[in-house]
Amino acid sequence: MKLSKALMATSALTLVGSAAFADGHMADEMTIVSWGGAYSASQQAAYHDPYSENTGVTIINDESSNEAVAKLRAMNEAGNITWDVVDVVAADAMRLCDEGLALEIDADEQLAPGDDGSSASDDFGDLLVSDCFIPQIVYSTTAGYRTDLVGDTPPTSICAMFDLEAYPGMRSLEKRPINNMEWALLCDGVAKEDIYDVLETEEGQAQAFAKLDTIKDSVVWWSAGADTPQLLADGEVVMGTTYNGRLFSLIAEQEQPVAMLWDAQVYDLDGWIIPTGLSPEREARALDYIYFATDTQRLADQAKYISYGPARASSAPLVGTHATLGIDMAPHMPTDPANATNTFLQNYEWWADYRDDLDAKFQSWLAQ
Amino acid sequence: MAEQVLAADGTPLKASLNRALRRQKMRALILILPLLLFILATFIYPIGQMLFRSVENGIVGETIPRTVVALDDWDTQANDLPPAPVFDALAKDLAVAVELKEHTRLGSRLNYELSGISSLFRKTGRRVDDIGEIYTDQLIALDPAWENPATWVTLMADPDWITAQAAWDGEGDEPAFVMSATAIDLLPQTADIYADFVRVIQSEDNDSPTEEEPWHIVSLALYQDLIASPSVDIPGPLGGLVSTAAAAAPSFETEDVIATFADVDDDWTNPDVWETIYTYSPAYTNGYFLNAIDLQKTTDGVEWQPENEQVYLTLFLRTMIMSLTITFSCILLGYPVAWMLANLPARKANLLMILVLLPFWTSLLVRTSAWKVLLQNQGVINDLLVWVGFIADDNRLALINNATGTVIAMTHILLPFMILPLYSVMQTIPISYLRAAKSLGATNWTAFWRVYFPQSVPGIGAGSILVFILSIGYYITPEIVGGTKGVFISNRIAYHISSSLNWGLAAALGAILLAIVLALYWAYDRIVGIDNVKLGG
Repeated sequence: MKLSKALMATSALTLVGSAAFADGHMADEMTIVSWGGAYSASQQAAYHDPYSENTGVTIINDESSNEAVAKLRAMNEAGNITWDVVDVVAADAMRLCDEGLALEIDADEQLAPGDDGSSASDDFGDLLVSDCFIPQIVYSTTAGYRTDLVGDTPPTSICAMFDLEAYPGMRSLEKRPINNMEWALLCDGVAKEDIYDVLETEEGQAQAFAKLDTIKDSVVWWSAGADTPQLLADGEVVMGTTYNGRLFSLIAEQEQPVAMLWDAQVYDLDGWIIPTGLSPEREARALDYIYFATDTQRLADQAKYISYGPARASSAPLVGTHATLGIDMAPHMPTDPANATNTFLQNYEWWADYRDDLDAKFQSWLAQ
Repeated sequence: MAEQVLAADGTPLKASLNRALRRQKMRALILILPLLLFILATFIYPIGQMLFRSVENGIVGETIPRTVVALDDWDTQANDLPPAPVFDALAKDLAVAVELKEHTRLGSRLNYELSGISSLFRKTGRRVDDIGEIYTDQLIALDPAWENPATWVTLMADPDWITAQAAWDGEGDEPAFVMSATAIDLLPQTADIYADFVRVIQSEDNDSPTEEEPWHIVSLALYQDLIASPSVDIPGPLGGLVSTAAAAAPSFETEDVIATFADVDDDWTNPDVWETIYTYSPAYTNGYFLNAIDLQKTTDGVEWQPENEQVYLTLFLRTMIMSLTITFSCILLGYPVAWMLANLPARKANLLMILVLLPFWTSLLVRTSAWKVLLQNQGVINDLLVWVGFIADDNRLALINNATGTVIAMTHILLPFMILPLYSVMQTIPISYLRAAKSLGATNWTAFWRVYFPQSVPGIGAGSILVFILSIGYYITPEIVGGTKGVFISNRIAYHISSSLNWGLAAALGAILLAIVLALYWAYDRIVGIDNVKLGG
């Protein structure tokens, strides 16, 4: 974090002078919003620095992604949008698009074609889940476990989460219905392809809650991505879910006795949106940045710093080794074939519909 | 009549006095004016605006105005679908809303009330521009002139506007469209939707109606006008074209709009969807407030939410009980400390005071996280208790991620707010009163309870109000250490503000919380008396 701030400050200082040479039709300063921490640092190195170097644009970082939707709505109502490009998860992009707060993007017109000659829409493929969303990485919410607390038979299935006999002890799950409901049904014998159909019915929801009931007293509910790594490191929980990149740094960088349980990992997407209501100069600048930052090479570059998979198919062959640890990054990607034997793609459209309802039920269930 | 008393300058004394008083008041007002304006602009106004959202519901009527009007005649008790004109009206409204990209906003608003509406509107939005195509095709087959935007402009626009538009040099904005009175009179439905078409074309797309073919839905409206008045006689050159169309209209192949909607999604044939739209069509609603106390608004009146969705009353109650618990533990822990501080020599007292204030200088998150380290299962306190042998290793105390964790951490965080007012009140109680009581024969306890304690009550009152009001609004600490049983209503408010974007419900929850605080304040005033609260000397 400190490093990224220092980099930002120096690049800002040195580039103010050259900014005058930037294209007259584009703004020469932009505010990019992201999640902060190691994730922002990876974007700084892979996208911001090269872009600033090429164009002389000053990039200001803002770490407000976790409240981006509410803030963008407030900015829109106040008629003063101060952000140019915002990093959000796919579900938030969809909400912003529905609210008319994010610009619709024509992938083939406004994004770079793949290095392998494929059109942008083919290269991103199914990951273009909303008209406003420009995918950047594929991450997954998956489980990790303490290798020293699970006995001789380490878990191989997500259903170990629900098996208190074989794996006694606390476990940590995210304090929201998304993912947990799917896993509960999966471990209660529902076929993967039927899960959302089942979850749509009252009985299906009751079934998922009943399954969660069996472990309710042994769950620590987390709301920040850093909680589970902390709980695992302290030995507070035997296993827990979080984002795969967090577990990667716990295992590879902090060398804790923790292992990944890739089974039934739930893919999710993170990417960019451009707010609506920008001046033409700022919008042109934002689009120019997006074109650059989501091309094949740039997406592959980001994977040098963090273990999230690039969203373009054409970037996968270019993923190399970790910038400081020197380890091969491909086996740590959620999209790696060895890790992706049993995966689950969240149904965004479904959750956009049922999120409010299931959240009310989930909260009510938690409070009982 | 009594004789008027005059001031030295000859004006009546009363008027002179009034003037002096007024001047004084004005001076006082001017002195506080900057602060008053500041508070109005940065506090009262935004909070008022936020609270207003708890009843505001204009989005439905603004996005689908025709549908709202058409639904007025719908009999909600019949448990049947609304009649065809409602679907026609919705098709028209959605055609406009899709162009303005407003339909998905309405979808997410109504989705708070009924799951599935969000995607229903999104899906329908993608198909709605096809509705009415069948009429466009048949009109064009009848006479290719219908394909020409100019035909429509001649038919719908005021002649003056056509002249002004022709004279327009293409610089700046096109003259604002004016509908012809004849069209409004003879083709009311067409004029209604055509006006929206032109508005969108001119303002959103910066195009001209003279160059853009109208939406298909305009053809549908024209068809309906022609069926309604088959002998329509439009003056001017297009009279023939329109009467030919009117003559042919009855034999047109028609589109069943209900079937089209049902084809997009079955949910349109679900009366629940329509009941939700109907229930939430007024510009103001009490729906958010009802939701905030586990009720729901239906066409049959107010009902309880299904039991598995009730949570807010529990949370309100829990917030109150836990805030009271925290307030009492603050009194218990703070009172002796304040007493000691007040009765120590100044130098020692100042040193101890720094210890009391120290938490203020540490970040809230750091303090809360520190409690996490202390209280967790493998944490310092449990380790210590196991080491001492008070508890077994496999039976460690659950001190965090529950209500206990919240009470402990919040008592610590709010303790200074109790100690400071207590201290400043106790400082003013002369210690000689206690001595006097004892010299008159009181025991230590009687001297304290009958003499000292009553004088310190204003401090307790002030401290309690501070701690209680602060604690019912806390959400960061409960979120981190509260688990599921230790979170407050404010955590839900934060969730609805930042995550679910249901600001109306958040505002309603906030308004109720504010009302509870004011009610408790009022009750406190009645029972204890608010002039019995002191922050110092």
